[in-house]
Amino acid sequence: MIKNNGQVMALLVLLPSILLLGLFVYGFIGWTAYTSLTDSNGLQQLSGLPSNFVQLRNYSDLFNGSLNERFRIDIVNTLFFTLLFILVCLVLGLTLAILLDQKIQGETVFRTIFLFPMALSFVVTGVVWKWLFNPERGINSLPELIGLPGSDFRWFISEEQWLPFNWQQMPTFLTMFALGLVIYFALRWYAKKRAQWAAFAGAIALLLLMLITFDVPRQALPLISEEHGFNLALFAVVIAAGWQMSGYTMAMYLAGLRGISDDLREAARVDGAGEFGVYRYVVLPLLQPITLSAVIILGHISLKIFDLVYTMGGDTNLFIDMPGLNMYLTTFRGQQFGMGAAIATVMLIMVAFVIVPYLVTSFRTEDKR
Amino acid sequence: MSASAPSLPIPSAQPKRTSLPFRRTAVYGGLVIASLMFLIPVYIVLITSFKTNLEVANTTMWEAPSSWTLDGYTTAFERLSRNFANSLLLVIPATFLSAVFGSLNGYVLAKWRFPGANIIFPLMLFGMFIPYQAILIPLVSFLNPMVTFINGLSLPGGLVALILVHVIYGLPITTLIFRNYYTEVPDEMLEAGSIDGAGFWGLYWYIVLPISLPGFVVVIIWQFTQIWNEFLFGVTLSNPQTQPITVALQNLAGSQIADYNVQMAGAIIAALPTLLVYIFLGRYFIRGLLAGSVKG
Repeated sequence: MIKNNGQVMALLVLLPSILLLGLFVYGFIGWTAYTSLTDSNGLQQLSGLPSNFVQLRNYSDLFNGSLNERFRIDIVNTLFFTLLFILVCLVLGLTLAILLDQKIQGETVFRTIFLFPMALSFVVTGVVWKWLFNPERGINSLPELIGLPGSDFRWFISEEQWLPFNWQQMPTFLTMFALGLVIYFALRWYAKKRAQWAAFAGAIALLLLMLITFDVPRQALPLISEEHGFNLALFAVVIAAGWQMSGYTMAMYLAGLRGISDDLREAARVDGAGEFGVYRYVVLPLLQPITLSAVIILGHISLKIFDLVYTMGGDTNLFIDMPGLNMYLTTFRGQQFGMGAAIATVMLIMVAFVIVPYLVTSFRTEDKR
Repeated sequence: MSASAPSLPIPSAQPKRTSLPFRRTAVYGGLVIASLMFLIPVYIVLITSFKTNLEVANTTMWEAPSSWTLDGYTTAFERLSRNFANSLLLVIPATFLSAVFGSLNGYVLAKWRFPGANIIFPLMLFGMFIPYQAILIPLVSFLNPMVTFINGLSLPGGLVALILVHVIYGLPITTLIFRNYYTEVPDEMLEAGSIDGAGFWGLYWYIVLPISLPGFVVVIIWQFTQIWNEFLFGVTLSNPQTQPITVALQNLAGSQIADYNVQMAGAIIAALPTLLVYIFLGRYFIRGLLAGSVKG
């Protein structure tokens, strides 16, 4: 680290970027959050009227109002899509990376094929897969080429639904998810012999468990009664997005695999591990941090996905609708700025749940180094 | 299982592994099947784009065109050429400015430590993960007066606004890539220059910049692809005259007027620049990709 009179100049050079990001990221987020507490809309703007402060009404309307079912569908869609998309990318990415790690001839060719969709825009991907998922002639007719019966799945316009549940159960599900997280941390702290922390987490887990047993979350937050579930149409989006992004996961895993020294694997073989054992006991545990990074990168992409579903489904296909698209339509077509800002804020909170812990831990470990 | 077993003078397992032809076949088989699946869309896009309107409407999707034609491309190019030019006019200055700012910021953050840098940098990085919907409403109200003003000067205001937006929201990733790159440059190099009397700019100009080429290549490729492929800012901050190619392609596909051969030709036209960059400079593209996962 250099220390001379350049210090002041260094700060001056960085300052414009800090100020710009301060305004365009944090200032604007604050502005959006404020807008989400108002009933700001296009009509007011046209007639020069001020918007009214409505507190959290937009949020309660989104989660519980009779007019905003679309937003609830979006939330359910996003959660199912995110889970499935991450799963597909991880499994496919890891499989391809392991296959490519077998000292393959023509590795560059294979790698190029798996990774090129990453260079495309989601709009191109959407246009192409929309054509491929054309129910009459697309992927469905592929088996007919070799004389097998074709499929009649309607892909992105399929109306089929699995796992239907009542929206009122949502708080319970979220509490269960929190319970799972708390139990995970309790076990981790216990393994690290940080007894006090583990006991604390255990106590919280017990509390959550009691809340769930006595059905408190549902009664504490009375929500509208509405059936939602996993729309099978999402499979089409998962395949298209997975086609585009699993090469990225593969690249991450491959970089990780190349970082594991051959000596380590050799040592495991000498210890009597078969090829499978080498992966099971040596390679996969070492890849765990990469899996975490991949989950976070993929997760934040899928939570804010917009252009792909817009291109595939247009304005009105609710089977694959997502909050990002709903926000765009509510704000710029519907001119309901307050409501649009509320949707955007919910999206931001979901993404922040994934990203903030990641950034914090990333920089904490970097400081220790 | 202990990974640190004493290494015995045993011949390595290498010959034993190559003597398993079944395993090798399975590995190559898996790779070939996966490759074919990944290439299905490419095949379909290509053959569809060379078909006539009539053939697209009537025959199955999987057969090669009975007569190859460029009609789809001609129509798609007529519809998209202006937007293709818009995207070029947008992506070149925005990428250049992103790279310059990123390089300077990265240099400051990697080599000039000052109090608070450890808090400021993660706060800057957060900006590349946010859903841009969360800043979109203020952004549009903030930029609209500017766009109207520039339009008044009969310049393409939409493009200027888009360039500005891409440079600003590109700051986190470009700063990150350059910071990680410059951290690898040994401090001694700069200290030597410092003793010779070079200041902030002297060190940057004579020592840092001359070795920055790989960093610039990674950042330029990354920003080029990102900005070319971007849609949300494009659709909210442009007018029909300044629409970038992604927005125009989405319009083309959304309208029921365009036949699929035209849509597929349009998709190829829209994808071509980033695809070429990827094919010829793929190595650097992957580096940018991996830098996106923060630790770099």
